[in-house]
Amino acid sequence: MSESVGFAHRQSAHCESGVASSMLSHYGLPISEPMAFGLAAALTFAYIPFVKMAGMPLIAYRMPPGAIIKAMQKRLNVRMVRQRFRDPETGMRALDEQLAQGRIVGLQTCIYWLPYVPDSFRFHFNAHNLIVYGREGDDYLISDPIFETTTRCARDALLKARFAKGDLAAKGLMYYADPQANRVAHIDYATVIPQAVRANLRIMRKAPLPVIGVKGIRYLARRVMQLHRAPQAQISLYLTHIVRMQEEIGTGGAGFRFIYASFLQEAANLLDSPLLAEASRKMTDAGDEWRRFALHATKMSRGRQPLDLDALSVVLNRCADYEAHVWDLLKAV
Amino acid sequence: MDKGSVPQDDSPTYAGHHKLMYAVDEQGRYTGVQSSGWDVEAYATLLAVTEIDRLRDDAWHRARDGRTSPLEYHMYRKRMELATLAATTGHWRWRIRRHFHPQRFRKLSDAVLQCYADVMGMTVDELRRLPQRPDV
Repeated sequence: MSESVGFAHRQSAHCESGVASSMLSHYGLPISEPMAFGLAAALTFAYIPFVKMAGMPLIAYRMPPGAIIKAMQKRLNVRMVRQRFRDPETGMRALDEQLAQGRIVGLQTCIYWLPYVPDSFRFHFNAHNLIVYGREGDDYLISDPIFETTTRCARDALLKARFAKGDLAAKGLMYYADPQANRVAHIDYATVIPQAVRANLRIMRKAPLPVIGVKGIRYLARRVMQLHRAPQAQISLYLTHIVRMQEEIGTGGAGFRFIYASFLQEAANLLDSPLLAEASRKMTDAGDEWRRFALHATKMSRGRQPLDLDALSVVLNRCADYEAHVWDLLKAV
Repeated sequence: MDKGSVPQDDSPTYAGHHKLMYAVDEQGRYTGVQSSGWDVEAYATLLAVTEIDRLRDDAWHRARDGRTSPLEYHMYRKRMELATLAATTGHWRWRIRRHFHPQRFRKLSDAVLQCYADVMGMTVDELRRLPQRPDV
């Protein structure tokens, strides 16, 4: 059984915004990855000490998994069917049925169980999104947005990846454009861009917790300063953990700051807004500062630069300053 | 970040793949640029991988000496730690920690072992055994 649905793979920086952008474009609503990310108001910063990843606090630079797909429904009125399954076999059959009708299907998976992923990126993270666009015998044809080209995945492995248990378990989640709904033909940028920017402003500047948004970045800066008491090995693991969260898995660089700057620039062009263009440049500065942090933090972990936690803390506070400035500008949107 | 400063460090962690980054061109326009890796990021990735390999090897030696059960070794080999194994099996951590006792582990029922084997994608037989070398 072979499917040909005229699907075009495109590489993205981040899995979820990539899936959103590819799916919507496939259904005749061309949208770039940064635009999908920005319209979802997906940028954030959160330092969550009680959620541990491999014994380290969760540091998030974007909204929780699922937020982008959900935002596409809410803000763009795109109707999606979302299904989870208790029984893996039922879940696989449901996927087969949709593919047989020539639909492309988004899946939430655990990246550890996907055999085509390079070994060093395979860890137990349950919210990796990808598109299945067809099936050939036992192989599913996969468009994984973070890779350059399409790939294949055997049925057993895909089943395991869809139904891995644990935190954020996908429970076989699959989603596709509702065939009954009217197709959304265009995006009213003049309305949705300001909405999305304002929503993001609330997250970054007005969250009631000291660990979220710009305040969260300053909180991280304080935590880094307090590392003095920890043993060197622990300091290295902690600092490189921040770097991994910021750079490793599809952030487009600097913990999504460059994707967001790209969104602001695209928005500036669409709305002919010098303010958004200025905000985009400032966000790029913030991203550059985050990259500088990664560079120095890693050099210090490797012993190629004397350990100076106060200096790292200063860099983080500078990231916070830049971002505060961006959002102050964007208050006028 | 300028297009020209997008790192192209051919990182081994990327295994020949390229990642998409966003950077600005000479006119200041944002564009997607492929990167073959960044030393800074690769070091961070490898340090994390090395750390879990260290835990794995350590557990292997202790299991060989009868100071822990093969379960602890297999947990690290599958890149899990106590929190992940607890979340995937639904067992309490203290219960899993009990199963690290070699004697208790040997007495576990097939049903309990099967539960561990399932989430780690292996057979009960493999779970009971300790391989010749830690890095298989």
